[in-house]
Amino acid sequence: MTSKLLLTLGAIATLSIAAATAAPLNYTVPEETTTFKPGPNLDVVQNNCTACHSADYIKTQPQGEKFKKDFWQAEVTKMIKVYGAPIDDADVGKIVEYLAATY
Amino acid sequence: MKRAGLAALVTGLGSKGAFALDTVTLPFGNGERPLVRYPQKRPMIGLTSRPPQLETPFSIFNDGPLTPNNAFFVRYHLADLPYNLDPDKFTLEIKGKVDKPLKLSLKEIMKMKATEIVAVNQCSGNSRGFFNPRVAGGQLANGAMGCARWRGVPLKTVLDMAGVQSGAKQVTFNGMDGPVSDKTPDFVKALDIDHARDGEVMLAYGMNGEDLPFLNGFPLRLVVPGYYGTYWVKHLNEITVIDSVFDGFWMKSAYRIPDTPNNAVEPGTAPKATIPINRFTVRSFITSVTDGGKLKAGRTTLRGIAFDGGKGIKEVAVSTDGGKTWTNAKLGKDLGKYAFREWKLPVKLAAGSYDLKVRATNNAGDTQPMDPLWNPAGYLRNVVETTRVTVA
Repeated sequence: MTSKLLLTLGAIATLSIAAATAAPLNYTVPEETTTFKPGPNLDVVQNNCTACHSADYIKTQPQGEKFKKDFWQAEVTKMIKVYGAPIDDADVGKIVEYLAATY
Repeated sequence: MKRAGLAALVTGLGSKGAFALDTVTLPFGNGERPLVRYPQKRPMIGLTSRPPQLETPFSIFNDGPLTPNNAFFVRYHLADLPYNLDPDKFTLEIKGKVDKPLKLSLKEIMKMKATEIVAVNQCSGNSRGFFNPRVAGGQLANGAMGCARWRGVPLKTVLDMAGVQSGAKQVTFNGMDGPVSDKTPDFVKALDIDHARDGEVMLAYGMNGEDLPFLNGFPLRLVVPGYYGTYWVKHLNEITVIDSVFDGFWMKSAYRIPDTPNNAVEPGTAPKATIPINRFTVRSFITSVTDGGKLKAGRTTLRGIAFDGGKGIKEVAVSTDGGKTWTNAKLGKDLGKYAFREWKLPVKLAAGSYDLKVRATNNAGDTQPMDPLWNPAGYLRNVVETTRVTVA
């Protein structure tokens, strides 16, 4: 914890130096803290979803009975059709199953 | 290749909560969020980490009409950010239907005659978490907005330098951030040529007297006063004048609102036709006390902010009885028609429970609805907000 805080402070110092000497920025973001919850087909989800975005994109969506299979099917379809996610047809159902069962 | 590598990296992350200072719970279902610390930022409400999306803790809006740079909200769409950009090598390109294409360095831009404007930037999806029925997307409370004094050069100046050709219809804006996969549409936005040349749309490098924070678009971003943040392209390095209406994904398919008189549809239904999102609706907030808060019985002064899409705030009225009776508040200093307008109202409250409401009206007579309007993307929220307090 302490070492990571120091890292952050280090990054802030780097930035102020960058402003003075106009070197490349090297902005450093904190490491990701959210992981996918355990569930069916977790490996398929990790292999397909994490290339483009962190797990909190999923974790923070509305939850409840109205946000199960149809909701997640629409989201996965959007990722493929709109954002060009290279998800194999065989994986689509597995991902939807995981999302509906886990979130 | 990149995909597998990233997946492995993410799987390997075991240090849960390393940067989470604490958590906050936003007032809607599944609203728990970490408070996160990023360089150049104070603790912010973490929505997502890759790409980073940070919401401003609402209490900051009670500190004054200008939102500090280190508290200003952050919204990205695509995860390839220019973390290593070199401001000395940065260039802004102006090309397309122009007589003289330009490539300007940051130094050259900063040498031009500068202007300043105080303007609110608000995410299209600000307050989406309050939609009923809920909709997919970034689940934000009311903190994806902020007001800053922006410094830069009018976009018109550089367009005039380049010489816009006759027949030009729109101008497109692209920043250095982009998609991880080349199959994902790059984030490019467009404005009509007349809007782009109105003299107010700005290429901004300064924010509240400092450089832009990296996560707010360093070293240069577009400022489109009165328009939703989706147009305020960050890390802006490419401007293209075109003789058609831009049909890229982020204009043609995303960020659309129903083409109806109040841009709303029956909750849960789809609009027949849509248009690109554009100007802010009128909004107002109480900032001196939050929903569920407590006040001492007796005299107290309610404070808050109001803003709109650029007509300017004419009037702010406050109700302490759930909307039955209204009293006009005293408006604070006018920082310009695009700025947060502070307001305050002294009230005397006996012990009990109160539904406080605030409603602003702009100089065009536009105001806020008492019941929320709905659209499928969760944009434009501007219902009269209710702050429930207990007085004792």
